[in-house]
Amino acid sequence: MLKLSRYVLYDIVRSKIIIAYTLFLFLVSFSLFQLEENESKAILSLLNIILIVLPLVSIVFSTIHYYNSYEFIELMLSQPLSRKRILLSEFFGVAMSLSGAFFVGVGIPVLIFSFNSVGLSLLFTGVMLTIIFASLAFLASVLSRDKAKGIGVTLLLWFYFTLIYDGLVLMILFSFSDYPLEKIIPVLSALNPVDLGRIFIMLKMDVSALMGVTSAMYQDFFGSFIGVLFTVGVMALWAIIPLRFALLVFNKKDI
Amino acid sequence: MRLLLLILLSTFWLQSLSRNITVAPNSSVNTLTKGLSIASNGDTITVKSGTYKDGNTVVTKSVTIIGEGNVIFDGEDKYEILTISASGVVIKNITFNSAGYSALKDFAAIKIIDASKVIIESNRINNAYFAIHVSNSSSVTIRNNTLFGTPKSEQLTGNGIHLWKCNNALIENNRCTGYRDGIYFEFVGNSVIRNNWSEKNLRYGLHFMFSNDDSYFGNTFKNNGAGVAVMYSKRVKMENNHFQENWGPSAYGLLLKDIADSHINGNTFLKNTVGIHMEGSSRIDIQKNIFKSNGWAVKIQASCDDNNFHQNNFIGNSFDVGTNGTMVLNKFDNNYWDKYEGYDLNKDGIGDVPYHPVSLYSMIIEQNPSTLMLFRSFTVQLLDKAEKMIPGATPENLIDNKPLMKSLKL
Amino acid sequence: MIQIERISKRFKKLQVLDNINVLFEKGQVVSLIGPNGSGKTTLIKSILGLVKPDSGTILVNNILAGKSPDYRSQIGYMPQIGRYPDNMKVGHLFSMLENLRAEKKHSLDKDLIQSFKLEDIYQKPMRTLSGGTRQKVSAAVAFMFSPDILILDEPTAGLDPLSSEILKEKIRKEKTKEKLILITSHILSDLDELTTHVTYLQEGKLLFMKDIATLQEDTGEIKLGKAIARVMRGEHTDGSWIDKIFNTSSNEEKR
Repeated sequence: MLKLSRYVLYDIVRSKIIIAYTLFLFLVSFSLFQLEENESKAILSLLNIILIVLPLVSIVFSTIHYYNSYEFIELMLSQPLSRKRILLSEFFGVAMSLSGAFFVGVGIPVLIFSFNSVGLSLLFTGVMLTIIFASLAFLASVLSRDKAKGIGVTLLLWFYFTLIYDGLVLMILFSFSDYPLEKIIPVLSALNPVDLGRIFIMLKMDVSALMGVTSAMYQDFFGSFIGVLFTVGVMALWAIIPLRFALLVFNKKDI
Repeated sequence: MRLLLLILLSTFWLQSLSRNITVAPNSSVNTLTKGLSIASNGDTITVKSGTYKDGNTVVTKSVTIIGEGNVIFDGEDKYEILTISASGVVIKNITFNSAGYSALKDFAAIKIIDASKVIIESNRINNAYFAIHVSNSSSVTIRNNTLFGTPKSEQLTGNGIHLWKCNNALIENNRCTGYRDGIYFEFVGNSVIRNNWSEKNLRYGLHFMFSNDDSYFGNTFKNNGAGVAVMYSKRVKMENNHFQENWGPSAYGLLLKDIADSHINGNTFLKNTVGIHMEGSSRIDIQKNIFKSNGWAVKIQASCDDNNFHQNNFIGNSFDVGTNGTMVLNKFDNNYWDKYEGYDLNKDGIGDVPYHPVSLYSMIIEQNPSTLMLFRSFTVQLLDKAEKMIPGATPENLIDNKPLMKSLKL
Repeated sequence: MIQIERISKRFKKLQVLDNINVLFEKGQVVSLIGPNGSGKTTLIKSILGLVKPDSGTILVNNILAGKSPDYRSQIGYMPQIGRYPDNMKVGHLFSMLENLRAEKKHSLDKDLIQSFKLEDIYQKPMRTLSGGTRQKVSAAVAFMFSPDILILDEPTAGLDPLSSEILKEKIRKEKTKEKLILITSHILSDLDELTTHVTYLQEGKLLFMKDIATLQEDTGEIKLGKAIARVMRGEHTDGSWIDKIFNTSSNEEKR
């Protein structure tokens, strides 16, 4: 399995786009830490990059990569290699190169300037969101033969997870504000990996404010060991389930 | 004239006669009570190393009691150890263990009643109901003591240093952990609290009630149940203190309730749920403080007026200012806000557009705490941005007209 | 070698393959011809397991196609359009394939690599190659593992005459090794001399599968191209000719 991903990875890390992406992340993070007078403000801007730019780049890049590799995938499929192996190799190649770009571009500046729990949770969330959105991209791509349609779907997905879903949640929280909503917050956040990642970071960054919420639900639930397991587990599911479906579809698909 | 000379001489004679009494285990004077019985005013009682279980000892003479070596007075969880009702008493270098508990009598390891010029210095108190309890006394000095308690419930735990109806007291360099309130002041005037360290107390690190004209500076209040409370007092000076990690649903770095004409300068508020919570407070000058990484740097209720926040640094707080009304009777000027996104075209170091420290979302969360889930999300940031452009829900006039572009060196 | 029984495939409204029955034997060089959209590529892809037929079975050396990928080790496939990962170097493609198929100890056939002088461009990334050069690479890949079956989709399209001749020479050489060679093409003339059998597809139906001699006899044309053109123009409008073909082909199948 890893043999083929090695070649995919090797191909992607030499592409201009991934190099530009790495440089972009590095320059932005580095200059944020350099220019901003205090670290917390830099971290705040990085948070936005991680929650908005990262999923977008990950999902669009993965989709385009899939469509561009279509003929190569076809050639590989004419070899005695299973479909599962080929799709997973492509996925790992993409996910690893994007995570690598993130790790070099954001990870190194964060480790230099903000090596603490906030920084580490940012890195964890960034890597997870990269993988999750690559996984979603693969699902969307195998479902549609048409490149334009595929990219359209992935953009919609990104839009949904970064903006629309939160709007819906805000509506729910207000229309049912008389009910004890605290209990369903873990559920609501589990339905969107971006929210889950954001809460994971918030738990480190805004611990002082979160402690002030009357039921202390965040600290009690998300802050506990179980809560960390929950977050990591649900994020892993967000990476695995779309990929699993993508494999199912890809196995039955006519190339 | 002769008579006067005689009196003077006799005083000198008496002075020179001041004796040194030694209390030691296995000697004829083996308890402090025995030592006190043979002492007279002005004597020094030296207590030698050892553990003394002598129940309650009442000091009615102006004596100096000094421990030599490892001196332990054990209250066996039953007794108030030392009761002082004479002026000019000095207690030094003694460890007090396991003082008793009495809900009716407020038992303490050291209790001072109706005395003046008492000095309590360099002692250690472990596990008392009240550690040092002072009432109706003046010019008491409590210095360099270490007070350590094992907190139970708020009802079963007394205060570390408790002063009631006192004046001209000096509380300095003490360390107080594990009591209900680290330092408690009620009806105490003209007193100074400085360089103390109050940590992990059940309720407040420092609790001020009806105490005017006091000042406290250089203290550290860390991780107490609800922070520091200053209530119903006037003319209080609070300078160069550290308020740190006071976390919880109703925890504050500093709670101000019905305070007037006071100064809060040069303090650091770090990682508190609320840095300063103010209600019913007027004419307080708040300057040169650092508010960093708090949930809310300042919560200011509508009942406050004429307070002036200037030249403070607000850095890395989840929310800068929270409020419950739209009335704006307080001033915010020349502060540094790290969330300020304005510009400074004329390069005078002051932003050209005003800063709104109250965000829409902080008001939404106030109403509906479960919406905290969406804090820092893209959607909420858009809402906040929109509100900043066209303020609707947030108090329109709660603004800093001269926000600083660079943080102050504090 | 390849036994195709009652294969049908429908893409939405279009019946791409309609109950195809055909048998390809070793030693045959089969020209698979038919107008655009007649189902040639779909048939090839079905053999390779890239397209999953709606009904029917394909046996390759008595192994059911499309189940386990291993049967493809006996097939060399040269796709119509060869696209490879942009930044992969030519040499890497070959070493990757060797690497991936290392478990089978093939004596590698590097004839085409040598005769196309591909070793000279081993260090070039794929994106810099012209379409013709990529075709050469594809051809070299197809022949590399000395497979029993060669499936070549429009092999000479885009090749310069010289290279085309080299490829033909190679095909001729493999033909002597009792291999099955399937070639789709709509330009027949340049493959005339190689072809032993012609299969004609139209609108998803297999119109005939005939050896050259019979075809020449039936149409009265010596030139294969002209013979096919005659069929395509529908000169045998009475239909009996087609019936005859069908009979022959089904007879051939029963054999």
